[in-house]
Order: sequence, then structure tokens, then C-alpha cells
Amino acid sequence: MKQPDTNLMLEADALTCIRDDRTLFSNLAFRLNPGEALVLEGRNGSGKTSLLRILCGIRLPDAGAVTWGGTDIGKLGPDYHVHTAYVGHRDGIKLDLTPLENLAMARALGKPNDTTLEEALDKVDLYGFEDVLTRNLSAGQQRRLALARLLITETVLWILDEPFTSLDVHGIQVIEELLDRHTSGGGMLAVTSHHAVNLANTTIQRINLSELST
Amino acid sequence: MNSDSLLRAFTLLLKRDLTLAMRHRAEMINPLLFFVLVTSLFPLGIGADPKLLQAVGPGVIWVAALLAALLSLEGIFRSDFEDGTLEQFLLSSHPVSVLVLAKVLAHWLITGLPLLVISPLLGVLLGLPGDAILILLVTLALGTPVLSLIGAVGVALTVGLRKGGMILSLLVLPLYVPLLIFAASAVDTAAAGLPVTAHLSLISALLVLALSLSPLATAAALRISLS
Amino acid sequence: MFNNFFHKMASPKYFYTIAGILIPWLAAGFVLLFLTGLYYGLVKAPPDYQQGDSYRIMFIHVPAAWMSMFIYVVMAGAGAIGLIWRIKLAEVVAISSAPIGAWFTFLALVTGSIWGKPMWGTWWVWDARLTSELILLFLYLGVIALYNAIDDKRTAARAVAILALVGVVNIPIIHYSVEWWNTLHQGPTVTKLDKPSIHLSMLIPLLLMAFAFKLYYAFVVLMRARCEVLDRERHTGWVRELAEKK
Repeated sequence: MKQPDTNLMLEADALTCIRDDRTLFSNLAFRLNPGEALVLEGRNGSGKTSLLRILCGIRLPDAGAVTWGGTDIGKLGPDYHVHTAYVGHRDGIKLDLTPLENLAMARALGKPNDTTLEEALDKVDLYGFEDVLTRNLSAGQQRRLALARLLITETVLWILDEPFTSLDVHGIQVIEELLDRHTSGGGMLAVTSHHAVNLANTTIQRINLSELST
Repeated sequence: MNSDSLLRAFTLLLKRDLTLAMRHRAEMINPLLFFVLVTSLFPLGIGADPKLLQAVGPGVIWVAALLAALLSLEGIFRSDFEDGTLEQFLLSSHPVSVLVLAKVLAHWLITGLPLLVISPLLGVLLGLPGDAILILLVTLALGTPVLSLIGAVGVALTVGLRKGGMILSLLVLPLYVPLLIFAASAVDTAAAGLPVTAHLSLISALLVLALSLSPLATAAALRISLS
Repeated sequence: MFNNFFHKMASPKYFYTIAGILIPWLAAGFVLLFLTGLYYGLVKAPPDYQQGDSYRIMFIHVPAAWMSMFIYVVMAGAGAIGLIWRIKLAEVVAISSAPIGAWFTFLALVTGSIWGKPMWGTWWVWDARLTSELILLFLYLGVIALYNAIDDKRTAARAVAILALVGVVNIPIIHYSVEWWNTLHQGPTVTKLDKPSIHLSMLIPLLLMAFAFKLYYAFVVLMRARCEVLDRERHTGWVRELAEKK
């Protein structure tokens, strides 16, 4: 049976990740509540992406568990995915589709919210590009399109891997505002970034994976 | 998620893949050309004696169809894997097996159906009688979906690998053997004027089995390949 | 208490020790049964009225073919257990079995071919069993190739489990279709590598060899599994201790 929506908490317990014979991190534990953001820091290769993928449920931890509202996310499956949205290193958009077509597909894969696709594109500053082939957008515009996916489904937890890649100063500002608005509205965030992430209205937990290992 | 949104996701994904194929229309012809080319090589290789060609015709056309299907298989997941859309399917609130089914259906429409359409021409090239050509069409209609379904499992297992293509043939071709045997034999039998109900039932059984099991296996394989 | 035992069995370290103890006994059992079987097969069993003495290769060929099937099923089963319950040991047993199964398949093919030569005059005929064994060999090679192609061995084990399960479902279908195909294209001579009318004196060596091969599989799979376990667990304390002891 589905978890009651009041029980929204992401918890990691004794999480261990081994990659290519190296233990990236072990016995990692944290708790994330609505309104909070988890910022992962660390050198390249310290396991940030792997941890995010474990939180998504794409990657299995080598030990430990991730729970949502008390239940293991492996057992929840789609009931967990419906609450989450993930933007990874790769944009997750098709270059041979238009932004509108890309968002329509992304929306159909999750639980649609009330924002129209055009509104979502506007919020990431892609107004006017609705019907341009994504191939013809710049890298920064493609990245913003990928992030627009976050706005069209009813999701609580946003899991973002280097969301600000390819973005200019203005783009970063736009996205930071969206992230901040999300958490202050009760959403949750798990993000890695080389930049300092400016979220004025959010409680931030920081975990530095480089400091944890060794 | 209710079945309404599931149906919507299925249809939209199907439409998406067909749209993408249409935007690269030129590539759609490659498996087709391969099919015709390979079949045409046989008379050149073994001689043009009409009786001989008629005898080997069914098997040759079906082997060529197998190879053409194999060639086009990588396309099911390769592009989605590279741009990150494949992992989005795994993170969907819908069952992955249904999404896989949509993709396999699209793949069959794009690569399998054309083989069907051109097969009568190949039947004529190899001197098959009319009855046999009709049965050839039926076996291809029932069999090419099986090729896509079984092939999808193989592609899902190898999508993350660098030299995935080489291993794919090794994984998938042994699994194609029963279909090849039943289908080629059906066309052969039809050419002799005999009834082929048994053959067609067997092929249909394979299709039903593939339809029920392959999406699940493919979904499981995708989760493993993308972890 | 049974639960406790089960958990212990799943522990690689415990397995390593137990396997080490079992291997010499299983190997001894194999040698004993194998030699007895050979004796009964080559010396005591009478020559066949149709095939003379050349049929005796069946005492290797038939058990080898049985093993090739048996090992594939074990591999698929172990793979499934490893996949569903995420027991590392099951994964190890599955992948350790693959090369052994492949070799038995190859042995069946070679002995089948040798058996056929005096009968058919050629080294290869597309007999139903030989053709099925050939396809089975490809299925094994596919498993081995896929495992080697994936860098992360945990992922590799899971992928190979799926492949083996797909294979195990397909094997009966392949067998049936190849039998069917063979009856269609039967030549004028009977090409089936059939056991001659089974006499008790022939059944005994056959069963002895079958058990001998099972013991062979058992001790070789344990040997390979121990190696694989050491490889996989090389970062743990007990493996380091083991290495330092030498």
C-alpha cells in the first residue's frame, strides 16, 4: 500500500559504496526532511554521483539502505519514483525532439502537476524556443531544458548532479531561485555542485565525501 | 498510477520513437537494403539453378531476415542510453516492462515491418511459388516481432558495453534458432503444397511466450545495465 | 537453528573453509567411480551386436551430455538465487559453473563426433543431439563472454543470471525445435546417436560414469568458487590474513 504523504522523509542508513575495488564511502547516514537540501561536496571521483544514483534507486548500495517514509526504496519502486525527479550528468533529453515534445514525454512518465509545458519553459528562460529542435539550442539552453523537467511533475525530492553545468551567471541565478522556491514550498533537494549553492531560504546539510573516506 | 496514465505513457513513447525515426528517415532503409543484398548474394554464391534456389529460398530469406534484424537491434536502446533518457524510464512511476513494450513495438514498426513489405520481391527473386510467398509473409508477420522481443533482452544486457555489438550476436542468435527452424520449414512445406497449420501454431506460441516474458526480462536487464 | 546454518553457508569465509575440506574427498570419490566406470565400460560390458566396440565412447559421451544440461540448470538456479536474495555465494557458484559446463558440452561434441565417424564416415553430422549441444555451447560461451565484458563483477553476475534464466527457458524449446527439424530432414540412414538397446551390463557403467562426472563437477566447481571468492573478497580481513600466512 502507498505510504501516507505525511511521512516524507529520506533516510540513509549505513550506506556503503564500492566502485572498482575502492570503497568510496562506508557507513554513511543522514536524514533529509521536507524543506531541506543535502549538498554533497568532495573531489572528483569521491562518490558523489554514485551516492545520488543510490538515492534515486538506480544503483544498489553495497551495504546499508535508503528509506522513504520508513520503507526501503527498493521495495517501494514506482511508489518512490513518483515522488522524485532526477537530472544527472547527461541531460536526459532527445536532441531530435523539440523542447515541448521532450517535456511532454517527461511529464507522461511521472505524475503531472498543474504547470503547463509552456509555463515550465518560461520559468527556465526558454520562452520562444518551444518548437526549435533541441539540437539547435546551446549547451546552456539544453541544460535548462533538462532542469525544466523538474517543474512539470508533482515531485517532492529533486536529485540533481551538477545542475549548473554549462550555465552562465544568469542561468545559475534562475535555477537557484527555482531550487529555493521548491524547498521553501516543502520540497527536498539532494544536489552536488562545484559551485557554492546559494539557497537563502533553505536549511542546508553538507556532506563532504572526500573528508569521509581515508 | 492509474491505467489511464499508463496507456498515455505507452502511446506517447511509441509516438516519440516513431517521430525520432521519421526525423532520420534515411537510416530506416539500411536494414532493408541489407536484407535484399544478403538474399541476392546467395544466387551469386551457389549458382542460379532455379530448383536449387527454390529449395534453399525459404531458409536463405529467413537467415537474411535474422541478420537484418540483428543489425538493427542496437538502435532500440543505444541512443536513449547515451543521452540519459533511458535511465529516466527506470525512474518513471510506470512499470518499466510496459515502457519497454512500447519501444519494442516502435522498433518492430520501423525495422520489422519493412522487411515484411519487401519479402514478396525476394520470394520472386528466388523463384518461390505463390503459396510459399504468402506463407513467407505470414511467418515474417508473426516472427519479426519475436526477433525484436528476444533481441531486446540481448540489447538490454549489452547496452552499457563498449563492444556490445559483438557479444550481442553471440547472445541472441542461438535464441533465434527455434523461430528460424519453424519459419523456414513452414515456407518450405507451403512450397510443396502441404498444410502449415502446425508450423504457424508453433510460431504463434513463440510469439505469445516472447510477448509475455521478454518485456520483464528486458526491464530487469536494463536495471542491471544501468546500475 | 536452520536459519543460522543458512546464514553461515552464505558467508564466503565459512564457505572457503568448508569447501577446502570437501574438495579432496570429492576428488577421491570421483577417481574411484571414474576408474570403476571405465573398467565396467571398457572391459566388462559386452560389445554391441550392431556397433561392435566403437559404441563404448558413449560411456563418456552420454554422461557428458547429461552434465552439460545439468550444469546449465544449476547455473541458472544459482543465478536466480543470487539475483533474488542477493547472496554473493550463489553468484560465485553460478559463474564458476559456466566454464565447467562449457567444457562438458565440448567433450560431448567431440566424443559424439568420434562416435559417429565409424558409423557415418564423416566427422560431423547434423544429428539432433549434436546440434542441440552445439547451440548449448554457444549459450555457455555467451554467458562467459558477457561476464568478462562487464567490469564490475557484481553487475556482471546479475547480468549473467538474467542471461542464464533466459537460456534455461529457451533450452527445452531449442531441443524440441531441433528434434523436429531433424526428423524433417532425415537422411536415408538413421543418424540418431541412440544408445544401443540398453542392457544391464551397459547401464551400470553408464550410471557409474554419470555419478563420477557429478563428483567431478562438484569438486571442480568448489575449487573455482574458492578462487572467485578470494578474488571478490580480497579487501576483507580474513583474506588478507590468509595471504599473510603464506
